[in-house]
Amino acid sequence: MQFFIDNFPLLRDAFLTTLSLSLLAGLLALVLGTLLAALRVSPITPLRGLATFYVETFRNTPLTVVFFFLIFGLPQIDFAVGFFTGSVIAVGLYTAAFVAEAVRSGINAVPSGQAEASRALGLSFGQSLREVVLPQAFRTVVPPLGNVWIAMVKNTSIAAGFAVTELTASLQRLSNANAGELVLVLLAIVLGYMLITVPSAFAVSRLERRVAILR
Amino acid sequence: MRITRYAAAFAAIGVVLTGCSSEAGNQAEQQTGNTVAVETETSFEPGTTMAELAEAGTMTVGTKFDQPGFGLLNPNTKAPEGFDVEIAKLIAAQLGIAPEDITWTETVSANREPFLMNGQVDMVAATYTINDDRKQKIDFAGPYYEAGQDIMVAAGNPLGIEGPDDLAGKRVCSVEGSTPAENIRTNYPEAQLTLFDVYSKCADALTNGQVDAVTTDNVILTGLVAGNPDGFELVGNPFTKEPYGIGVPKGDDAFRAFINDTLEEAFDNGDWADAWDRTAGAISGTEAPEPPAVDRY
Repeated sequence: MQFFIDNFPLLRDAFLTTLSLSLLAGLLALVLGTLLAALRVSPITPLRGLATFYVETFRNTPLTVVFFFLIFGLPQIDFAVGFFTGSVIAVGLYTAAFVAEAVRSGINAVPSGQAEASRALGLSFGQSLREVVLPQAFRTVVPPLGNVWIAMVKNTSIAAGFAVTELTASLQRLSNANAGELVLVLLAIVLGYMLITVPSAFAVSRLERRVAILR
Repeated sequence: MRITRYAAAFAAIGVVLTGCSSEAGNQAEQQTGNTVAVETETSFEPGTTMAELAEAGTMTVGTKFDQPGFGLLNPNTKAPEGFDVEIAKLIAAQLGIAPEDITWTETVSANREPFLMNGQVDMVAATYTINDDRKQKIDFAGPYYEAGQDIMVAAGNPLGIEGPDDLAGKRVCSVEGSTPAENIRTNYPEAQLTLFDVYSKCADALTNGQVDAVTTDNVILTGLVAGNPDGFELVGNPFTKEPYGIGVPKGDDAFRAFINDTLEEAFDNGDWADAWDRTAGAISGTEAPEPPAVDRY
């Protein structure tokens, strides 16, 4: 118990850093990912190609490499961002690729008759996507998006290696200073992550039941 | 047609690779070409560690494999090279053991005490700082070198950082969980710490101007400066003392005294300075410092 009391300020700050990193990166990933999914089903070939290129680039690159590029690569072309901002962008850009694929699978799950009918009624492509297809698509992709979110929360630990003192970085600091209580250190860090992921999983399953489409 | 093209590509890669390895091999030969003569006539009191090792004609030494200048594994010869390694060879030579009869075992910071306590190594020469905590479990001969926490800045030292007191308000880089970082945090709280997981990232951040200074043991910084002499420079004003000793099993006072004698002899006859010039000195371009006084506690 003494260990938790002594290190509470560090653990709290680290937890809040992980939480804000996750929330900001998640928001970026959701917005960008949805946009990419829309581009991937658009009727304009260059836009489709662009979105496919983005998804395949980020989905097939290790997150650590994305971090390296944003934190150490960009400053060399005189475009420096702070370590925290850079981490949000890195995790957000990377996760957007996975969000895009999940949302696209949802779009594909909407019967094509829906889109055809809305076009026949005179809606534009954007209107039919916004008003008819995406609302149904999002309902079917709640579970996969929940998976992407949980994976992303854990992926924020890469930021520990790039000067962001989040939970995993505090693990490195505390484990050296408290070598005798390593189990407690690990426990505190795992609890920190679970404080975010377990309620998320619970919320996702609630949401899934509430928005499920009964066909 | 396609097959021949692949074959040509492989051949080209092969040429490049052999070119590299032969160059490295030559370097290794130069490095090992100048070692101390191995003692042929040895006589030790029966029952001592020295007598046992001399009798066996071989010994196991723990050292670092990733520390340029002190203990760095040469992938071509499969043997480590550096100042720690040369010091271990000096001691082995006094026991009548040739360098090729030494078995090198990699020890990292976290496993040096267990290796000695379990008898997996006969001694440890691995940038091993002498301190009272460690003396509870093992004993130290030496010191044979005194390192210290120092500061590395961009070439030309644009911010005029001369010591730890100048770090106030500056962005200082070190490694999360390390002793130097802890030292800055507690003793120089006005410095803004930026903490990565490895020192090479600190060097990248310094190159990019994302931090103003990097701080850790001077021997590590020396390696980084050697990697980019046009970009970095060492402030050269160590503000802690990290005496490096040879770790031996707890209570083996005869072996410890023997190593101390050997070190003092090497200080006096120039072998020690010679070892420095061939290893850490060659990397950093610095003269051998004044040898430290051996601590016979």
